[in-house]
Amino acid sequence: MPRTLKALLPAFLVSLLWAGTSPAPAQDAALLAKGEYLARAGDCIACHTAREGKTFAGGLPMKTPFGTLYTSNITPDPQTGIGMWTSDQFYQMMHNGRFPDGGLVYPAMPFASYTKVTRADSDAIYAYLRSIPPVKQRNREHDLKFPFNNRSLILGWRTLFFNEGVYKPDPTKSAEWNRGAYLVEGLGHCGMCHTAINALGGSSESQAFEGGLIPMQNWYAPSLTSNKEAGLGDWTIEEISDYLRKGVSARGAVYGPMAEVVYNSLQYLNDDDTRAMAIYLKSLAQGTSPDKPVAPLPSAESSLLLSLGKQIYDRECASCHGAQGLGMPPHYPPLAGNQSIQMVSAVNAIRMVLNGGYPPGTAGNPMPYGMPPFAHRMSDDEVAAVVTYIRTSWGNRGAAVSARQANELRAATLN
Amino acid sequence: MTVLLRTLPIFTLLVSIALPVGLAQAQTQAPPPERAPDTMAARVLACASCHGADGEGTSDVYFPRLAGKPSGYLYNQLVAFRDGRRKYPPMNYLLDFLPDAYLKQMADHFASLRPPFPAPAVPAVSNDVLARGQALVKEGDPKNGVPPCSACHGQSLGGMEPAIPGLLGLRANYISAQLGGWRYGTRTAAAPDCMQIVAGLLTEDDVKAVAAFLSSRPAPTDPSFASRGSLSMPLACGSQPN
Repeated sequence: MPRTLKALLPAFLVSLLWAGTSPAPAQDAALLAKGEYLARAGDCIACHTAREGKTFAGGLPMKTPFGTLYTSNITPDPQTGIGMWTSDQFYQMMHNGRFPDGGLVYPAMPFASYTKVTRADSDAIYAYLRSIPPVKQRNREHDLKFPFNNRSLILGWRTLFFNEGVYKPDPTKSAEWNRGAYLVEGLGHCGMCHTAINALGGSSESQAFEGGLIPMQNWYAPSLTSNKEAGLGDWTIEEISDYLRKGVSARGAVYGPMAEVVYNSLQYLNDDDTRAMAIYLKSLAQGTSPDKPVAPLPSAESSLLLSLGKQIYDRECASCHGAQGLGMPPHYPPLAGNQSIQMVSAVNAIRMVLNGGYPPGTAGNPMPYGMPPFAHRMSDDEVAAVVTYIRTSWGNRGAAVSARQANELRAATLN
Repeated sequence: MTVLLRTLPIFTLLVSIALPVGLAQAQTQAPPPERAPDTMAARVLACASCHGADGEGTSDVYFPRLAGKPSGYLYNQLVAFRDGRRKYPPMNYLLDFLPDAYLKQMADHFASLRPPFPAPAVPAVSNDVLARGQALVKEGDPKNGVPPCSACHGQSLGGMEPAIPGLLGLRANYISAQLGGWRYGTRTAAAPDCMQIVAGLLTEDDVKAVAAFLSSRPAPTDPSFASRGSLSMPLACGSQPN
């Protein structure tokens, strides 16, 4: 292992390497604060900290269709962390997805997004990560299936899906829009979930932000470009900002993987950056989207489903979400006209009924209201009926849901 | 932490005053929507379908009563579920992104409730087994170094502040599942993990006897827990610093 070799280097050589690049103490505080802020924007902590583990010491198992990856230690420990890395090497990782020895990084590390990060921002994050307490914890070997355990395959992936390059501002757009685009496409790495992942584990730029099922997690990351999914064209900037930073808004709340993003990352962004992201996200929305499929159920069966669904809804759901699905926003989200409920994929709506959920506790919403789980109280037929009712009532235009779909999602990984 | 807890309600109040202004502008439909009740009970409705609206428990024998257990105990469990130390995926998932301060408020809420106890279980075991359970609960098994439950959980078995739970109002299946979890190391607490030590000294028959006896106890006349430090504990416990 290259890192073992490096560990043999005498310590003085390390300090020699650093002597030229360490910033003067005066600018330290500002640089470190900037680096910490940007590390939040990049949500480094979510993957590089294991449950009950030391911050940034890695070791979190990440299940992928190709096997399990274990995240790495990014504390400044010289032997087991990135303490021996130079700022050039750190930038090479962020920008080009290569280890200091030139080795290829698995694209679970979102370098295809981080490549857009400027050198100055990368250096700030680097300075911050140098300042945190070092943790001696050796990285765990990845557990990948053949042939994915062959790192040279990453070359193929890179040819297909990786475009190296810092974000280039669009001169026809405002500074705010460009700042938002920089954050969303770069550090925010939103495209990692909100762009469909194909069988090769890559996402195509031509389908950017068009949504997709997140592999292994079984949550659907809605399209950010279609107003019929999570396209934000008809949301106000305030609603989008609330959603991103507080985790709740007049239009809906965040659950599942997005709750993690708000909890660990977005809630810490300042007003200007949140607003910039909101402006950019709103602009992504396109006026039209593909037509809905026609409800596949025959009408007699579907009316039976709907009457059972209404019965369950009135008994279990209406006290919070209202008989007309208006909810009590922001804490009890509206269901009528809620895009996330009408999407072609019914996965999220079914999972909310099965598993319930809490939006994240944030500075802007420190005491969130929770949705109860119903998995243990409702049969597959009942779940299908109530989700179908919600997806087709009050002007909602979603398709019916089958008991089989509900049943399949009972086995979804919860966390 | 205390300062933070005290300022939270004020902050929430400010937020809830500030929000309707934005909402009113955002709503295109005529009537302004209702607001969710600003109560803990409304916030923890997510817990109700398994633990009851007042934390009294439900008909499912594996979902425990929460009401009236000392807040420190409930808080420790909430943190343990959030951080994955205690493993039950539906709980781990629900608590994943809730901060300490809020978990403390949830714990305080359920600790303050006193809903009626369920009717005691009719024991499904022989009188001998029940007697063995009673002996373990009240006198322990000195020969094998097992302290009585009552030494830490109180004579009335209502628990002790801040972090030792009451043992009444729970079903036999739940109690034996927990003791089993301690014995096999699937349930752990902060070191020194006193319950792991105690449960490790019990046999499977002991567990069955203790669970049967505890679940057959009538509701306590005084459903409160012992005050902090009022019992001198036979073992050091990481989650109950004295």
